[in-house]
Amino acid sequence: MESGATKSAVAPAPTPPGQQRDARGRAYRVLRPFLYQRELTPLLITIGLFVYFTIKAGSNFTDTLSLNSAAGYAGPVAAIAVGEVMLLVLGEIDLSAGQVFLFCPWVMYWLHNAGVPLFFAIVLALVAVCVVGAMNGLITVLLEVPSFVTTLATNFILYGAVLVGSNQLQASPIPLTGGNSFAAQAMGAWKWSEILWVLGITIVMTVVLTRTRFGVRTIATGGNIVGAAEAGVPIRRVKVWAFTLCSFLAGLIGIVDAIKYGTLDPGNFGVDYILYAIGACVIGGTALTGGRGTMIGAFIGAILIGVLEDGLTLTGVSTNDFFIWVGVVIIFAMALNVQFDRLIARSRAR
Amino acid sequence: MSAEPVPTPPVADGAPALEVRGLRKSFGALAVLQGIDLVLHPGEVLGLVGDNGAGKSTLVKIISGLFKQDDGDLLIDGEPVSFRSVEGARDHGIETVYQDLALIPQLPVFQNLFLGHELTTLGPLRLLRKGEMRRLSRQYLNDIHVAVPSVDAEAAQLSGGQRQAIAVARALRAARKILLLDEPLAAMGARESRLIIDLVKDLASSGRVSIIVIDHNYAHLFELCDRLNVMQGGRITVNQRIDETSLEQLTELMVSSYLRQVEEVRNAGA
Repeated sequence: MESGATKSAVAPAPTPPGQQRDARGRAYRVLRPFLYQRELTPLLITIGLFVYFTIKAGSNFTDTLSLNSAAGYAGPVAAIAVGEVMLLVLGEIDLSAGQVFLFCPWVMYWLHNAGVPLFFAIVLALVAVCVVGAMNGLITVLLEVPSFVTTLATNFILYGAVLVGSNQLQASPIPLTGGNSFAAQAMGAWKWSEILWVLGITIVMTVVLTRTRFGVRTIATGGNIVGAAEAGVPIRRVKVWAFTLCSFLAGLIGIVDAIKYGTLDPGNFGVDYILYAIGACVIGGTALTGGRGTMIGAFIGAILIGVLEDGLTLTGVSTNDFFIWVGVVIIFAMALNVQFDRLIARSRAR
Repeated sequence: MSAEPVPTPPVADGAPALEVRGLRKSFGALAVLQGIDLVLHPGEVLGLVGDNGAGKSTLVKIISGLFKQDDGDLLIDGEPVSFRSVEGARDHGIETVYQDLALIPQLPVFQNLFLGHELTTLGPLRLLRKGEMRRLSRQYLNDIHVAVPSVDAEAAQLSGGQRQAIAVARALRAARKILLLDEPLAAMGARESRLIIDLVKDLASSGRVSIIVIDHNYAHLFELCDRLNVMQGGRITVNQRIDETSLEQLTELMVSSYLRQVEEVRNAGA
């Protein structure tokens, strides 16, 4: 604060704000890309892990079968995480998205068995999960139930619905599985189709968050809810739409995933997926404090978890180590994020 | 400057821009507003002063649609209106700058300036026209002499005064009819205060908008306002035109009205 004398009045020059000649200013300049591109840190870590495991496990790690299994594991987590980012940016959370991911293909399966043409069965299943998402949002904003609780309840309700509806019997075969038609290939039968869906969702959602009015209003609502309301942002409507969107994305990737693997197990519990997804969001640089988030980061976070699991398995380390490492990475990422936010707040532009 | 001799003082012919009649509001047992009558003429700047807890902010929040009154009427251009929300008030051309800072810390300056009025493409996606918003923001801030490091700087990086200037600038730009300023100079240094005062005076002299200002600084109010209303204990106790009064007179009026109040309380207690 001692350098207050050098107040630069004219500021069209692209000098980064807060440039000071002391050590802190230098540190800020070096850190700047990492502060504003939160995906950068997890990306570097992922690349580092990839290189490390390639050296350690060699061709075992890089052959397509192994990569495919890593992608198959990380894909659904990534898609769920990308939807979850919308809610974390709002300062809300959706714990039911993992169960929605499992529930949606069941609805498709039941409708199809009941004689509904497959196309309509898929559309109706997606509509159903949108209704679930909208209900999550409406209960949260109208009844003022914290979204943590609303969606926790939804998670159990959907799990129960699957158990009741399936009579605890596995579903198989899933329509389209192993099919050669374009529709079947596109909807998950081709081994790379799921990861392409996930990439597409990540790109579209990045555009939604950073380039649309809905995205700005989401950031505004999460960043300062009173200020956003005073500026005329319809905060409740924004929240309900975000819950709906998160549910829709989880349901969509759920159908693709079900067609890819060809069976549905009623015993799968959605919490397994959602906890990894939230972990992926955090690793990717999305704070749970609202107002900040990155879709690409969530995608990279999911890949990081996938690479970590695959790599540890293939290097012969016990798989149990994996959980310890995931925990360490999550804490490290979150602590880093909080410190980055503090650095931004301190680096007053002048 | 202008050829006209003196800007004609706002006259009370025709309907006032805003009229408040018998407004009451209680929070539980606490009667914050006890029958407020207030008139705001077109193109006028009305100053609202009073102690903390006199009910100024509550009054502003009712006019801006954030609170609903228990009793009493709001009339705009002589027509009774009833707002259900801030958007409802905004539809009637009322904009507000609140004491609590209204900016979003994580959004850049230009997106804060356009928040709630974003420029978008047509179609369901509503893509932001960022380039245009940046350009217009730069131009606008330049026009009104508000200096920020960059329109891409996040609001979190600005000083308190700069943030307030942006918040006021946004409301000034959006206000179509009535502008409510709740302590607009609270977080500001001398230079920034000067800037906001000039902004408000410019807008008022255009005659387009009527303005209510809450402030504690009499020097600022004397410079800004056409008329002052003093609020005490949920009522308006003094209504005085600035050009008919001096700072000393006003202080006297306030003190005597305050003493009268103390007297009333004492009598009621006896």
